[in-house]
Amino acid sequence: MALLEIENLVVEFQTASGPFRAVNGVSMKVHEREVLAIVGESGSGKSVSMLAAMGLLPWTANVTADKLTFNGRDLLAMPANERRKIIGKDIAMIFQEPVASLNPCFTVGFQIEEVLRVHMGLDKSARRKRAIELFQSVGIADPAERLGSYPHQMSGGQCQRVMIAIAIACNPKLLIADEPTTALDVTIQKQILDLLMKLQADHGMGLIMITHNMGVVAETADRVVVQYKGRKMEEADVLTLFENPKSNYTRALLAALPDNATGDRLPTISELFVDDQVEGAAR
Amino acid sequence: MSVILEARNIVRDYHVPGSFLKKAKTVHAVKGVSFQVEKGKTLAIVGESGCGKSTLGRILTLIDPATSGDLLLEGNKVDIAKGDLTPEMRRKVQIVFQNPYGSLNPRQKIGDILTEPLVINTNTPADERRDRAMALLKKVGLEEKHYNRYPHMFSGGQRQRIAIARALMLNPKLLVLDEPVSALDLSVQAQVLNLLADLQDEFQLTYVFISHDLSVVRYIADEVMVMYFGEAVEYGSRDEVFADPKHSYTKTLFAATPRADVESIRARLAKKKAA
Repeated sequence: MALLEIENLVVEFQTASGPFRAVNGVSMKVHEREVLAIVGESGSGKSVSMLAAMGLLPWTANVTADKLTFNGRDLLAMPANERRKIIGKDIAMIFQEPVASLNPCFTVGFQIEEVLRVHMGLDKSARRKRAIELFQSVGIADPAERLGSYPHQMSGGQCQRVMIAIAIACNPKLLIADEPTTALDVTIQKQILDLLMKLQADHGMGLIMITHNMGVVAETADRVVVQYKGRKMEEADVLTLFENPKSNYTRALLAALPDNATGDRLPTISELFVDDQVEGAAR
Repeated sequence: MSVILEARNIVRDYHVPGSFLKKAKTVHAVKGVSFQVEKGKTLAIVGESGCGKSTLGRILTLIDPATSGDLLLEGNKVDIAKGDLTPEMRRKVQIVFQNPYGSLNPRQKIGDILTEPLVINTNTPADERRDRAMALLKKVGLEEKHYNRYPHMFSGGQRQRIAIARALMLNPKLLVLDEPVSALDLSVQAQVLNLLADLQDEFQLTYVFISHDLSVVRYIADEVMVMYFGEAVEYGSRDEVFADPKHSYTKTLFAATPRADVESIRARLAKKKAA
């Protein structure tokens, strides 16, 4: 059975100029022990669809879906307090900007222990022990000392490690990583990706990687969903996607990689890919 | 070929003042870096955050003085610590910053952003300033109607185009690009890189391209310098550095860059299956 099942997800935002459709009929499934990558440019609705699954969108968003289940339980029909017991515990998310998503007013130790207190109900000494253990597993040197640090005292890579430690604190079944390495250097990126892949294999988690970096996709994913302007353009396993992409958009995306540049100019997506909706409107 | 920019043994130290409980210390951000850039060429400076590449960029742009070492622009020595920076010198080097969301003043219209360098450094009349701004807007792929808009009305790629247009307003010889595409999406990144290549051809511009993305560097650079903890650990032509990296840090950097070709995906999947 699939861990997370989404069918025909639509997310609309109420704006002053009428409703704006950010996600337009996206379907996907994530199984246990599987790494799914969602690729797309900014504005393609990749983060919004996952935030909708987490139930973290503001009230202006209108989320509808034919099916939105986690482990066979309907997330949309569930009362809010039930859902809060699942998110953060069984489904955890690593947010895009590590430095911005940690609270600057509290020590990182407080922030990780908060998760353990709310979801696991551990007492004070057990929380501290578990927090040290978690910091060790994500490769933070001097874990006991570091629990007392504030986010501004740590580097971007360190903060990202703290975010990962918070996300895996309750041994989630599904981890959603929203651009986990975008703000980081290549050497740190490599460390974080290796860490995520190791944790995924050790705990047997399902992992969703949201990214716009094709290199990251190639290095991590089993299966890939390509999104564009809120629609799903293609879904394929990673080898097929790179070897034999079906959709024109995926082909354009791969051609725009500087690695694949053949001539003097990089082909741009707008040259290679004409949006069929725009085309239809012109006709 | 004429050398536009030459740096000889550039050193930059930052002094962190001490306090009651803390001793003062000196951070050596750049430790003796030398290089030359020829007219119309691109030098890429690669390194991780904190290795001093942006500090070096600021020194080259004549924003910060070097602690010691010589900086030669078209053969003339410049030392802004002595205060001999003339408006003519200032016009030769311009910079495009990393984050287009932070480098444009949200309270200024695009027209004012573009004409400000001319107001400060020259005494061009207002209508000429306006004409030049309009011409450059078109050159970087925007339209005249954008002249009276504010930065928040533009996307990241468009803002970076505006920042590039502003840097070109003074007809510089040398453009320092501090991670100009790292905040942009893949598709927009390709457009901005193409624009930079076109502008280089048209105006015979010389680029110093600061980046940590090796795939971009490989595409745009003629020469590559790798920095590590303030030192230039590798310096050579692009093909030399990419074909035969000498320093261990350069090798680490290459190993860490994600590879998007089919063979490496195959190898990874095979390894995963075996495990």
